[in-house]
Amino acid sequence: MKFNGLMGVALAALLAGVGSGAGADVVKVGVVASFSGPFAMYGKQFKDAIDAYVAEHGTKAGDHEVQFIFKDDGGPNPDQAKALTQELLVKDKVNYLAGYVFTPNALAVAPLIDQAQVPTVIFNAATSIITTKSPYFIRTSFTTPQVAAPLADWAIAQGIKTVVTSVTDYGPGIDAEKGFAKEFEAKGGKVLDAIRMPIQTTDFGPFMQRIKAAAPNALFTFIPAGPPAFAFVKSYADNGMAAAGIKFLGTGDLDDETTLQTLGDAALGIHTSFPYSAAHDSPMNAKFQADLAKVNPGAVANFASVGAYDGTEALYRMIAAGGTDPDKAMKAVLGASWESPRGPITIDPKTRHVTQNMYIRVVERDASGKLINKEIETIPNVPDLGLAK
Amino acid sequence: MTTLASILMDGIAYGMILFMISVGLSVTMGLMRVVNLAHGGFAMLGGAFTHWAMTAAGLPFVPAAVLGLLAVMVLSVPMERVLYRPIYRMGELPQVLATIGITFIMIASVNLWLGSSLLSIRLPAAMSGAVDLGFRTLPTHRLYVLGAGVVVIGGLFVLIERTRFGIKLRAAVDHAGTAACLGIDTSRIFALTFALGAGLAALGGILGAELLPIDAYYPLRYMILFLTVVAVGGLGSITGSFVAALALGVLDTAARYLFPDVGTIFFYLAMIVMLGLRPQGLMGRA
Repeated sequence: MKFNGLMGVALAALLAGVGSGAGADVVKVGVVASFSGPFAMYGKQFKDAIDAYVAEHGTKAGDHEVQFIFKDDGGPNPDQAKALTQELLVKDKVNYLAGYVFTPNALAVAPLIDQAQVPTVIFNAATSIITTKSPYFIRTSFTTPQVAAPLADWAIAQGIKTVVTSVTDYGPGIDAEKGFAKEFEAKGGKVLDAIRMPIQTTDFGPFMQRIKAAAPNALFTFIPAGPPAFAFVKSYADNGMAAAGIKFLGTGDLDDETTLQTLGDAALGIHTSFPYSAAHDSPMNAKFQADLAKVNPGAVANFASVGAYDGTEALYRMIAAGGTDPDKAMKAVLGASWESPRGPITIDPKTRHVTQNMYIRVVERDASGKLINKEIETIPNVPDLGLAK
Repeated sequence: MTTLASILMDGIAYGMILFMISVGLSVTMGLMRVVNLAHGGFAMLGGAFTHWAMTAAGLPFVPAAVLGLLAVMVLSVPMERVLYRPIYRMGELPQVLATIGITFIMIASVNLWLGSSLLSIRLPAAMSGAVDLGFRTLPTHRLYVLGAGVVVIGGLFVLIERTRFGIKLRAAVDHAGTAACLGIDTSRIFALTFALGAGLAALGGILGAELLPIDAYYPLRYMILFLTVVAVGGLGSITGSFVAALALGVLDTAARYLFPDVGTIFFYLAMIVMLGLRPQGLMGRA
């Protein structure tokens, strides 16, 4: 009996093998991201999300078997990203590319993918111009202006009339400052002072004193996650800014779910704007986190994992419809909409960037005492505002 | 006037943290003549042990910090014996290469053990929050750092200038061979001094974690900062490190108050000018 059962399974497998052998082929996807070094978080989040997606949907997209090849670029390193991408294209003969954490890395590979005509899904790199550099770029993350401008609208609606912006002095920080200030001033708000802080600073006391002296209704900040974000939030709390009536507004980069718990009580009550919160209340998000926990117990869902998860969905749609034909594949995903763990999303056919809801969140403790980004307001269907000029 | 007072307050507090973290390096580099680039690694390990003791073992801050400090000192003894002893005899360049190798090993170990995310150290209620100074508020934590800095510099002065251990240490540094002939156990003196330097690094790492947060890449992230303080202060001069740390702290803070856009350039400019005028450092022996 048992023997028969086994035979049956073996036979079925054999038949399935023969069946798929006729029509199916292997479509290769090269994933370039940081799996080591200070930014290893991104690679880990990407891989967990891809694994969760594959565990849920199987290794086949339509008739095609999907195979992922991972390469480690080690951080913001355009030369390395370019070399690895070249290797994937020439040696591994990949049909699709994905990943790319940093803007310089994504920009460096634009000529390659344009020449090779390989559809490329950007899971993170957040500067608006990237998708204009090749018609084969798609992005499933967000751009900094897309996050900053809705926060300015919300601030005006809350009766905040004056702000001081204080951002980290590098590309994304300046994007955020401009994105916020433009919208805020267009709606009648006033920016009292615009401070750009050196990238390696971790002592923010002086900036807090300067902001306090300007006495705005709120401060707006963009600061990348990591030691500076931690020190900035601490400094806001320690210098009694909230007591002085200065609200904290920021982009969600600084309190993403992988660093949120370390911020501690200092983060309570700060407001941030972002496309994804692990506390987003939807069955899709609950299922996503359950799937993630299955492939890697202890995994924490954040913007990077959801960018990769939706990116994998885009890849599967392209592979199912287009196989190894890049133009058919692109057509299949441009304009497509689906429900993501972050909420409803659409790939804008014009910018090839994701149109999505922005959420204004406040940091609170949930019933179990963990810090969460609680969504308190939704700004629906925000396109990439960085290119809309 | 208020701005000036604010600059001084913030600057001295920041400088004191720089001093706390760098003084251990000044001790090992100046007294033992070893370019120990892994110094920041000991600060990071102190923070990592404390973080671990607080989160995994649930200890309150003070016992966890004491544990972190002791763990680093205990660990530093076999490290000195096995890894550093051959390094003492190397030239300067091999020393730099060997100790940066040790730094990478420390980073990889902590990365493997606790991951690459921030290792926060939650302060007890008595040390967090802010104190009202009348014209402005100052984070309470900074007062503790100021106090600890004063204790450290006083303690070191007494230890090196006024105790038998200090006499033996200075003798061993000046001429190890002669000191050994006189019956001084130089290898024991070096081991103790090395543990002292590592312990000071750990103390600075733990107390300074509010301003220089701990993570696996800490030793590389702040390496320039420690080296600058020690170089400007003069190798081996504890008073020199103290003056340099405070001066650089105040200068950096003033630049951030007055010209935030120009950023950290003043810090490095000051270093270049200082070392151009006095290559041996503020109080270094020529």
